[in-house]
Amino acid sequence: MTIEAATKNEIVGRGNRDGAQLFRDWFAELGQTAEKGEQSAYVFVMGSMNEILKTFDLPVVFPEINSLQTAVRRVAGDFLSEAEDYGYSPDICGYVKADVSVQLRGGEHPMGRIPKPTIAVLTNACNTYVKWAEIWERMHGCPMFTLDVPGTREAGTQTWPGDQDFENDRRYVQKQTKELIALCEQVTGKKFDIDKFREILGHANSMSVGWKRVIEANKATPAPFNALTDGTIFLGVANGFRGTKEGADYFNDLVEEMEYKAANGIGALAEEIYRLVFIGVPCYPIFRRFNELFSEWGGSFINSTYLWFASGGSNLGFEYDLDKPLESFAEGTLISVRDAMDSMFHQSQMLVDMVDDYSVDGIVYHPIKSCRTVSTGLADSRSYFASKKDIPSLFVESDMMDSREISEAQMKNRIDAFFEGLASRKQQAAIAGKED
Amino acid sequence: MAYAAGVDVGSTQTKAAIVNEDRELVGTALIDTGSNVIAAAENVFEKALMGSGISNEEVEYVIGTGYGRYRVTFGNDQVTEISCHGRGAVHMFPNTRTVVDMGGQDTKAIKVGETGEIEDFCMNDKCAAGTGRFLGAAATALELTLDDLGPTALRYTKPVKISTTCTVFAESEVLSWLGKGKKVEDILWGVHESIATRSAGLMRRVGIQDEITFTGGVTRNTAMVQALEERLGKKLNISDDSHYMGALGAALFAMDRIMASRQPHAVAETAQ
Repeated sequence: MTIEAATKNEIVGRGNRDGAQLFRDWFAELGQTAEKGEQSAYVFVMGSMNEILKTFDLPVVFPEINSLQTAVRRVAGDFLSEAEDYGYSPDICGYVKADVSVQLRGGEHPMGRIPKPTIAVLTNACNTYVKWAEIWERMHGCPMFTLDVPGTREAGTQTWPGDQDFENDRRYVQKQTKELIALCEQVTGKKFDIDKFREILGHANSMSVGWKRVIEANKATPAPFNALTDGTIFLGVANGFRGTKEGADYFNDLVEEMEYKAANGIGALAEEIYRLVFIGVPCYPIFRRFNELFSEWGGSFINSTYLWFASGGSNLGFEYDLDKPLESFAEGTLISVRDAMDSMFHQSQMLVDMVDDYSVDGIVYHPIKSCRTVSTGLADSRSYFASKKDIPSLFVESDMMDSREISEAQMKNRIDAFFEGLASRKQQAAIAGKED
Repeated sequence: MAYAAGVDVGSTQTKAAIVNEDRELVGTALIDTGSNVIAAAENVFEKALMGSGISNEEVEYVIGTGYGRYRVTFGNDQVTEISCHGRGAVHMFPNTRTVVDMGGQDTKAIKVGETGEIEDFCMNDKCAAGTGRFLGAAATALELTLDDLGPTALRYTKPVKISTTCTVFAESEVLSWLGKGKKVEDILWGVHESIATRSAGLMRRVGIQDEITFTGGVTRNTAMVQALEERLGKKLNISDDSHYMGALGAALFAMDRIMASRQPHAVAETAQ
């Protein structure tokens, strides 16, 4: 084997392999925590406050990730039914219902046992978070802490450091952060260690910078990773291992892999014909098949708003100032969580701004039945985008959890027609090119 | 002379169309799909061949379309019915820019370009509200045949407003109106108006542009045509062959392939 071949073997695919292993390690650790009855924190992907919680050595549980895993492992139907039998409506968030079943089952989950919450930490980024955390509060008697992050008041009017409005918002977040620290001290009986916090922020910095570079590597043609399938593995690590050395090392390696693939023309898809951006939350019950419906036509997802908002906005690559850890943490939380919300609600201008850099051929909007938060504005977003860019888009509806809401035949019909239209455009462009 | 065929396997009926090199429609056939989809495709193709006097060997290329397009086992390729209805409609009515196709299982609004290429489309979601199936449910409740629906509905004098769009609930709502003493024709017109409203909504989502061509099996229903035209405030293009528009589009794509194969260096004028 040549040195080049050995390098390729070692690097290519490492992100998926190592990511899957880290994921298993994480759930194994959670299982041990559950068995020992030790403390844990329940958090969400948009504003996990991982940096503070890890300073107190609190293992983090992401119920959103637990829930989507039941769908990927094709047992979500059992979990949803159990919650509906308990009395939850078929119309509410599937993530909530699957988690309720996990709680009713005493933490039983296909990836291992999930510990009970000692504390629940949430933000206002999703309007279901509060009601969801109240369920844990009732079930387990744990305190819940809500971080109110000022969002963008109006599309295109974000404030930034130096603005008085931004400074007011930052101080508001910092004040709340101090309240969270005080609550963690009370719950764990430990004093807040600012040096440990600083070290964790350093790891988070490495991860954020890496995450931004990984996403930008997909500007290359062919795109080195699939934003829907591979990207979801990376997201899992970005959430579960934020603020850890393992997480920082993983993203350093991932940058190396993606930039190597980009430099060597190694794409996620052997023959990439159409470069697509995915908007929304994946269709987890048929996760691989959903992607195949596109890849069979040569469609490759090269970016996704999911990678932006479900990483809590860490895709921006915000770096904390370690000399001012608390002030800077508040600033980074404000900017990143606000951006996560904008990625759901105001993504149209973001798309307009990025499609040329990423050589985008089409946009796929995926509104889902059980999440109004990410789905409600998509029709407006699509109209706005269509008014700004002559790039085709597809609206294909299903659900992130509930296979009762998914009809593969109907989805395939729409997807095939979308590609037939894309093909027709490419041919007409080719004809126009020849005529020129 | 070479021929090309399209076979449109729909949820309710299966249609076939054959075109010649001049892209003229020279044969059609229609049968119920039934439970054996493969046999339905074979039988309808054979029926179209027999009706047109063309032999199987003369048909050089066959494209399957519709939900059962992958069950047209003798076909050379598949194209979605969305592309096929757009292509067929523009072929038959060249100024078509919006197509509304109402079939047994779904209703589609399709925005097309000058050559029939798809610019955008929108369909009913997973449920059958606002589709031919909705009419079928009403016909069952009122003990009418599908062919009776249009003429009966057009005799309305005091139409009722059907509030549900759910096919399952349609039957119970129709029965409740009967229980209140409403006339069959008034209830039935309400059903047609309900479907027309929902279909117009789909069309607005892609943007309604003149001319509008109505395709699919429900085009034979005169009340549906009138209800849609009233709702849109526009005349619709309808042909006696509108029911075959998907199969025709598939046959036209098939003829493109034949022509492209004769000119290997030309850029094929096909949808894929």
